Amino acid sequence: MMKNEYIPFPSQVKKIIRHTDIEYTFRMEFTGEVKPGQFFEVSIPRYGEAPISVSGIGPDTIDLTIRKVGKVTNQIFENFEGNHLLIRGPYGNGFDIENYKNKELFIIAGGTGLSPVKGIVDYFSSHPGEAADTTLIAGFKSPDDILFKQDFEQWEKNIRVIKTVDSAPDGYQGQTGMVTKYIPDLPVKNPDNAVFIIVGPPAMMKFTVIEVQKRGIPEQNIWISYERKMCCGLGKCGHCKMDSTYICLDGPVFNYKEGKNLID
Amino acid sequence: MGYQLPRKTADTLFCRLREHYEIFAPKLFAGDGCFSDTDVIRYDKVSSLDEIEFDRRSDYSFKEALFAVNETLFYFTENETTIPSCTDKKLLIFLKSCDLHALKRLDAIYLENGPEDFYYKRLREKACFVLMDCGETCDTGFCAGMGTNRSDNYDLYLKCGEETVWIDCPSEELLSDLKEAGLNEAGETACAVTPNYVTQNKETVTLPKKLSVESFDNPLWEAYGSRCIGCGRCNFVCPTCTCFTMQDIHYRDNENVGERRRVWASCQVDGYTDIAGGGSFRQKQSDRLRFKVMHKIYDFEKRFGYPMCVGCGRCDAVCPEYISYANLVNQLAEEDAK
Repeated sequence: MMKNEYIPFPSQVKKIIRHTDIEYTFRMEFTGEVKPGQFFEVSIPRYGEAPISVSGIGPDTIDLTIRKVGKVTNQIFENFEGNHLLIRGPYGNGFDIENYKNKELFIIAGGTGLSPVKGIVDYFSSHPGEAADTTLIAGFKSPDDILFKQDFEQWEKNIRVIKTVDSAPDGYQGQTGMVTKYIPDLPVKNPDNAVFIIVGPPAMMKFTVIEVQKRGIPEQNIWISYERKMCCGLGKCGHCKMDSTYICLDGPVFNYKEGKNLID
Repeated sequence: MGYQLPRKTADTLFCRLREHYEIFAPKLFAGDGCFSDTDVIRYDKVSSLDEIEFDRRSDYSFKEALFAVNETLFYFTENETTIPSCTDKKLLIFLKSCDLHALKRLDAIYLENGPEDFYYKRLREKACFVLMDCGETCDTGFCAGMGTNRSDNYDLYLKCGEETVWIDCPSEELLSDLKEAGLNEAGETACAVTPNYVTQNKETVTLPKKLSVESFDNPLWEAYGSRCIGCGRCNFVCPTCTCFTMQDIHYRDNENVGERRRVWASCQVDGYTDIAGGGSFRQKQSDRLRFKVMHKIYDFEKRFGYPMCVGCGRCDAVCPEYISYANLVNQLAEEDAK
């Protein structure tokens, strides 16, 4: 009997980390190979399925950071600890840690775009010697939208972290402004040995790439990840296709040299 | 090598074949068309040769015999899932050459692009294909230029005359089933049977050869796409369109019990690219038209090595806005030449 990829399997919710009112991380039971940037189709029968990136990888768990914005995710929030969610995956290519070792690594993430790259931040934060230098710029809309607050405390000890919000109430102590504001001053020593990972909403990615290129970073040293509608994750449903590329199979992670030519 | 047999004998043969086969063929539904007093030809299970529309091209393609307009992937009760059973019978699907070429495109997506699709494969493995020829060209098809006017990879070729039926059956499995059903090699007249095919269409289409990322900005998309109302009919009649969307439903009497289905999707219809949080891509109809046409004649070929479009012409026949895909493609090709 051939494998039926469409059938999800139950996975227990081990822990829930509440970041904001609408963004929670669900630590799910899972054993198997997973890479940062890959995704799972998470479903609740009768509401549907949604593709969610892996935001953390444990020995027998995966983290799924879910924002309550749609029909499925609203329902997922009703199913709490101890319960099961149905999942299938992992799908997609994910980030390859090897591409970033011994480089000056700059990770720029906007909002929930931090989820797919969080596994890489975690890796180089706990193995700081494996990259020449590691910097994270994470942008959020407001202080209330900041994700992974506990992780930031850990990262700030090991790598350079710029945590910025687009706008903040008077008296906010942290950094403000778009992520692009911090790019001109990044301490890039050798543009040819610097690699940038840029993930976030489409407009944020577009302007961030422009700023990064102004720093003389070659295209092939920039990596991006695309978010598209995906019903199957298996190269069949067609929704995620850009040009001849299926984001669910060939992506979602692309080198910018290839990714820049993908038009919706 | 083939056989010639009386139509009555052939009919009995196919009737008996139904013991082992579900037979899908184009059928005329009189008065069932979109507009009043119009007919529609679409695929359905048939029980005799008389029910089959041999001459005219079907308005909808054979693809629904292999993946239904909506198909249940599994039934669920809380965390339990059950896969629907599949027919025990083999499938015998009557189609024309353009559609037999489309089959290769469906296989490419469902069997080669990523892991094999469970539901498609389990039907595909049971399917045999019966080629019907086109006596004359249909109005909007352009198979000759696309090289899809001839096929030799059929399991059975069948030509149906008033009194006589001619068959050629290269498939040994089907031939043995036909013999079991009563095909009497000694009784029928053996003769050379080769499929006829259309060599010239009313519509001629030349594919552009120089499409590239730059073609995305061509003003032609807007010129044609501004008339599009995004109804998606072109996708649903296309024998090579394979997109679907997941849909969960639950039963009214018990919300914990229901099923997950996949339903045909159209890249021309609102919602096709919507992501959680309100994002979407290609909001203009002209962008959606460009996406579809580039897929049919450019990017599928980049991935699989041959164009996706088979030139059946159904999309042009069904468009309520009279948008001519054939003209659009020809205009793109003319620009090539400049």
